[in-house]
Amino acid sequence: MTLVIEAAVLGVLTGGVYALMASGLTLIFGVMRIINVGHGALVVLGAYLSFALFRSLHMDPFLSLVVTMPVMFALGVVLQLVFIRPLKTDREALSVLVTYALALGIEGVLGYVFTTNFVELRAWYETASFEVFGFHITWVYVFGFALCLTILGALFLMLYRTSFGGAIRATMLNRTAAQLIGVDVDRVAAIAFGIGVATAAAGGVVFGITNAFNPGSHYDLISRLLTIIVLGGLGSLRGAVIAALIMLVSEDITQVLISPVWANFVFFVILVVILIVRPQGLYGVRVRDRI
Amino acid sequence: MSGTRTLAITPGRVTALKGLAMLLVAILALILPLIAPDPATTGMAVFTVMYIGLASAWNIMGGYTGYISLGHAAFFGFGAYSFGLMINHLNMAPGYLPFVLVPVAGLLTAALAVGIGWVALRTRAATFVIVTIAFMFMLQLLGENLVKLTGGGAGLALPYSHDWGGDFFNIPYYYAMLALAVLTIGVSWWIRRSKFGLGLLAIRDDEDKALAVGVPTRSFKLTAFVISAVLVGMIGAVYAYYVTYLYPQFAFDPLIGISMVLMAFLGGLGTVSGPVIGALLLEPAQMEFAYRFGASRLYLVFYAAVFLIVILLLPRGIVPSVADLVHSWRRRRQAGPTAGGSRNAPVSAGEEPPATAQQRLASP
Repeated sequence: MTLVIEAAVLGVLTGGVYALMASGLTLIFGVMRIINVGHGALVVLGAYLSFALFRSLHMDPFLSLVVTMPVMFALGVVLQLVFIRPLKTDREALSVLVTYALALGIEGVLGYVFTTNFVELRAWYETASFEVFGFHITWVYVFGFALCLTILGALFLMLYRTSFGGAIRATMLNRTAAQLIGVDVDRVAAIAFGIGVATAAAGGVVFGITNAFNPGSHYDLISRLLTIIVLGGLGSLRGAVIAALIMLVSEDITQVLISPVWANFVFFVILVVILIVRPQGLYGVRVRDRI
Repeated sequence: MSGTRTLAITPGRVTALKGLAMLLVAILALILPLIAPDPATTGMAVFTVMYIGLASAWNIMGGYTGYISLGHAAFFGFGAYSFGLMINHLNMAPGYLPFVLVPVAGLLTAALAVGIGWVALRTRAATFVIVTIAFMFMLQLLGENLVKLTGGGAGLALPYSHDWGGDFFNIPYYYAMLALAVLTIGVSWWIRRSKFGLGLLAIRDDEDKALAVGVPTRSFKLTAFVISAVLVGMIGAVYAYYVTYLYPQFAFDPLIGISMVLMAFLGGLGTVSGPVIGALLLEPAQMEFAYRFGASRLYLVFYAAVFLIVILLLPRGIVPSVADLVHSWRRRRQAGPTAGGSRNAPVSAGEEPPATAQQRLASP
């Protein structure tokens, strides 16, 4: 039993990281109606940027976010301007292919620069742990969870308490209507993409400390992230957070109760069951032609 | 006027030209192993013909109905593994006989596709794309985890014929792949001309309206999905027999899934010849590049670049774009000799379908 509780606690802590990565993805979908299949690759890129800073300047991975998040934000804006904005027709389908191509391109460049060997981000809190009620918890999970909560909190504050957040939400609800009331939807889209990519960098650091990764790690990541946002309902931030927690907790509990090799599988089983019962996902809205 | 008419590209001549080109390609494909018997060329030919089949099969679902599946590698890998497991459990001697298992692998894939399609087709557009990706990774995980059945990450070995040594080794597989590719193109062509195909195109244009005018959208979509999957599964079976060793991450390779999509897009989505042309152009180029730069992973960058160029510059693909060029050239030819262009304009406007309809009726 204690093992199950420990697994559940760990699931919540790691779920926070996935919640952060998935909210960037679902935000991008909500604003632009595109699925960013390159999100996993951007997370891995963020992890590698921190890795490079650590290797050359011995910068602490969490501290390096001060540098990598703005860089990734700028990269996101540029990617949106160059590759996403030119898509005029059949955007949803074409964007999947374009972002898939970006993922391959990033994987190729990272493979060329860093080789395909697995690496890991290192810090003192990576292995140091503390004890609460007899449970051992590694510091990195707590720090990672705190970081994710902070960024998610900032994201929600921005969305619900600022006028720019209002513009983003208006664009998500109805692009044309938002345009009519004077929202510069192109600017909103570019900045939202940048924010999504910046959160990917933050997720990448926590992912990079808790997992060994290589340029090909993005396949595994993106399949999980996409499953999470479909489970939560495309475009729903709340759904993404809750779905991430459900996924990771169930995964960690399966790992303890059944076997580690089946942990990943539970992910997909939950998705299939939810889709049979509720094709629009947990918090999705069934809109004509959208589901 | 009659003088210029003889120079103009008439629809009859276009058909004759197309027929001639098809005949030439068919003859070339049949005698290729005679012209270039070296294993390097025939090996490349096996994979090129394989991708012609895969892209054409994918197009039956993705091109005609507009439902983009990025998880067709699931059916490829499933066909491959079911073939491998059958040949091993039946203790079949390698040679020509195991090819009879290819349709059986296709039937097994059909059963899987009905199940996956039933769940996945409850969703549309973006969600459908994601669900197909999820199913592919699910099967990959099964391939890795069911160690007793599939051998897991250690791989599954298949018997291969020692009689087919040297230059001959690739030839039986080449013709098997060619037969499947021809079958796929035939099915695709037949569907495109049938009422069923018309229903699929209607689903692509507006699913709700199609349903309203009486197209049984649910069963049509599922049928197209299963046909497409069966063809991919059979190609996967021949692939398994050819490579003689199966690993989950290579049989259920996301790159295979995305490659067939890219080829169909490059050639022209929803056309019969588009995926063939896309595969003919891309697969040899990709193999050459992977061979030269494979170790440094730079071939992925090449692949990404081709992808981006195709989608940003030629979003509709080669075949529809060329069809448009021919169309406008012919119109100019016809309008040219008459002095009063304005008198002719309404007539030609009536003859030519508007651009959007042209796009939908892009010649097969």
